[in-house]
Amino acid sequence: MKQEAKMVLELKNISKSFPGVKALDHVSFSVREGTVHVLAGENGAGKSTLIKIINGLYVADEGDLFLNGKKITVHNPRYMNSIGVATIHQELSPVLDLTIAENIFLGRAPLSKIGTVQWKKMYAQAQKLIDDFGFHYDAKRTMRSLTVSDMQIIEIIKAISVNAKVIIMDEPTSSITESEVEVLHDKIRMLKRQGISFIYISHKLDEIGQIGDEVTILRDGRTISSHRVGEITTDQIIAKMVGREMSNVYPPKHPKIGDTILEVKNLTREGVFKDVSFRLRAGEILGMSGLVGAGRTEVARAIFGLDHFQSGEIYLKGQKVTVKNVPDALKAGIIYLSEDRKGEGLVLCRSIGENIALANLKHFSRGFILNRRLEDKETSEMAKKLTVKAPSIKTSAGSLSGGNQQKVVIAKWLLQNPTVFIMDEPTRGIDVGAKYEIYKIMCDLAEQGAGVIMISSELPEIIGVCDRTLVMAEGRVTGEVEGDDLTQERIMSFAIGGGQS
Amino acid sequence: MGNGKKGNISIAEFYSKFGIVLIFVILFVVMSIINHNFISGVNLRNVVRQVVVITILACGEQLMLISGMVDLSPGRVLAFAGTLSAYCMLKTGNLFLALIVGLACGLLFGVINGALITAFDIPPFIATLASMQMADGAIMAFTGGQNYSNLPASFNFLGQGYIGFIPFPVIIMIIVLIITYIILAWTPIGRALYAIGGNQAAALASGIRVKKAKFFACAFGGVCTGLAGILLMARMSSGQPAAGEGMEMDAITAVIVGGTSMSGGVGNILNTIVGSLIIGIIKNFMNLQNINSSFQDIVLGILICVAVIIDVQVRKANTK
Repeated sequence: MKQEAKMVLELKNISKSFPGVKALDHVSFSVREGTVHVLAGENGAGKSTLIKIINGLYVADEGDLFLNGKKITVHNPRYMNSIGVATIHQELSPVLDLTIAENIFLGRAPLSKIGTVQWKKMYAQAQKLIDDFGFHYDAKRTMRSLTVSDMQIIEIIKAISVNAKVIIMDEPTSSITESEVEVLHDKIRMLKRQGISFIYISHKLDEIGQIGDEVTILRDGRTISSHRVGEITTDQIIAKMVGREMSNVYPPKHPKIGDTILEVKNLTREGVFKDVSFRLRAGEILGMSGLVGAGRTEVARAIFGLDHFQSGEIYLKGQKVTVKNVPDALKAGIIYLSEDRKGEGLVLCRSIGENIALANLKHFSRGFILNRRLEDKETSEMAKKLTVKAPSIKTSAGSLSGGNQQKVVIAKWLLQNPTVFIMDEPTRGIDVGAKYEIYKIMCDLAEQGAGVIMISSELPEIIGVCDRTLVMAEGRVTGEVEGDDLTQERIMSFAIGGGQS
Repeated sequence: MGNGKKGNISIAEFYSKFGIVLIFVILFVVMSIINHNFISGVNLRNVVRQVVVITILACGEQLMLISGMVDLSPGRVLAFAGTLSAYCMLKTGNLFLALIVGLACGLLFGVINGALITAFDIPPFIATLASMQMADGAIMAFTGGQNYSNLPASFNFLGQGYIGFIPFPVIIMIIVLIITYIILAWTPIGRALYAIGGNQAAALASGIRVKKAKFFACAFGGVCTGLAGILLMARMSSGQPAAGEGMEMDAITAVIVGGTSMSGGVGNILNTIVGSLIIGIIKNFMNLQNINSSFQDIVLGILICVAVIIDVQVRKANTK
């Protein structure tokens, strides 16, 4: 690490208020040349606001920004981009049907004298950028054919092509696999050596050790402290983030395991998954591990009636059940929490209360009429029980933070009193404090005798929460790990598909 | 985190709650000052009578738009249903039968729309465009373009009668409004329609029977159209195949001006009433000022643009 590297970007006493909230309160930190500076903090700590100030979307009420020692006086995204500050957002928005080259040069394609696009020149330049980056894609491929992690790499290439000095990455690894994370980190290290600096936001705290050089912790809009990575432990970081000692990241396990409540036999969907069989017992938290694309989500969706399957049987408490659609699954007591919170979990433009009630309308109606008093009562009780932070249940779901949105979706399902609760990546993009609460909910459900299945790509949480885990690879169950065998190495050996034992 | 939008959201929320009422009040006051005839009791009663047909159609469109659909067929289906009802009245002299035939005809087209949209996954725009063509063809084939006049007083009462000082069609309109309000605010199917319009995938994943709810919206729209057709013909004392053309646009305008989102999920019937009244007073005022109808269309066109621009801004402010 370059100890004496000069400061590229400095923030001094940045404050920003919105009506009713002080989002940032005298935040200061500095980014050295050629380093990765991690911003850690819970949702709501002010990271997003801070990023928007750095990339020019917001103007700070107070405080100054310096780039290479020069005070920045113009505040707009275009200007910040032109002086070398690039942002790669958490949710990428490439134009999927355009080529890689067109995406890299979007809005700034090389033009001829009469204003037409010089396609040849553009493709040649794009190909050179890609090749120089050590990446092997044809610039003429469409974005759609790439994986999410490849799209991220293209975003980085795009940033480099405009001579970015500081690249802000907001949760770049939230939806990519472990091996892809490795590739991304390698590229970041390569760029560091070229003197490019990164501001890196991640909820995966192990990443701080893997890629970070320095870390600044934010809480409630204030800088708590900045540290060199290596001089602070993950536990200390967590404690500073949440403002209290987190004795445990996971709730204690003491399962009271009962009889089999769900049995899946030879579930098959041509080309997606094949001969998937497993049992889930009452009081058990069963993990489903595997690489992204192993077919875990697809199996869960089939059990829940969202997707069809060709053959196989599902037994609930020994009784065979036919699940053709979601209402069938709900009737049987099977619940599936989608991995796509915004896409399939919530109706963002409707209120918290309506979202919670959505799966339970029959319960709230007498004949054709809704009993809105009962609805309000039960939904607000459930929201309170899960500590959804919002002014009221009339607040629109779209205005909540990720963790609170997830709690709303979970609240909707808990009202059903599920027998089997399948949770697909329930903690993705959620901060540490809220993660713990979600694990707690799973444990409570199990304790009450329900069976819980957690699909997760995060091995630590599988190991920390689950009693047993299935491992899938290429549409098949390749292994089952339990007890002392529950280790990252063991799970990965099955997940890569080799461990057919 | 949403901190940044707090200011915007309150403006957006303010508009979606009260903005439309405010606009109505301002228009009303300005019009009263400019033209004193506008505020007379007789004129205002005329305004309300004139918005009856549009408002009833708007009730149907409201369900369609909230669930992310749209119905382009009412303008022609209304003429078919109304004319058929008038024809039946002339032939049989049975008012009850005439009503049933008119409503059934509207329902039939609603069912056709619903089937095309839910069973065959045809986009609502295309499905209802097709059924509009079918209705247009059917009415010409049936009547040959001929009007049916000399309707009995009992039929005309539906469109022209009074109960006390309240026009009979206004009473019908109020009943339809109340039913629509109850469906949207107080029934599971109303909730389902909002959820489908807001995020169909989430509704499906929550166990909502999406197709059933959409089919219901289409069928309800069809019945509203049939009823509107009967009232329109009764007001004109004759079954006129050419009547009502383009009225679906006025109805859609009323719904959108009332703040219902074109993309679905947001909107309520109370604002739609105000939207409908705004269109009503603008048209009425322009008539009083002797502004010709071509200019009226231009003004209504501008009104749609303004309403949609506001809708887009509101949604921008509401989503991250």
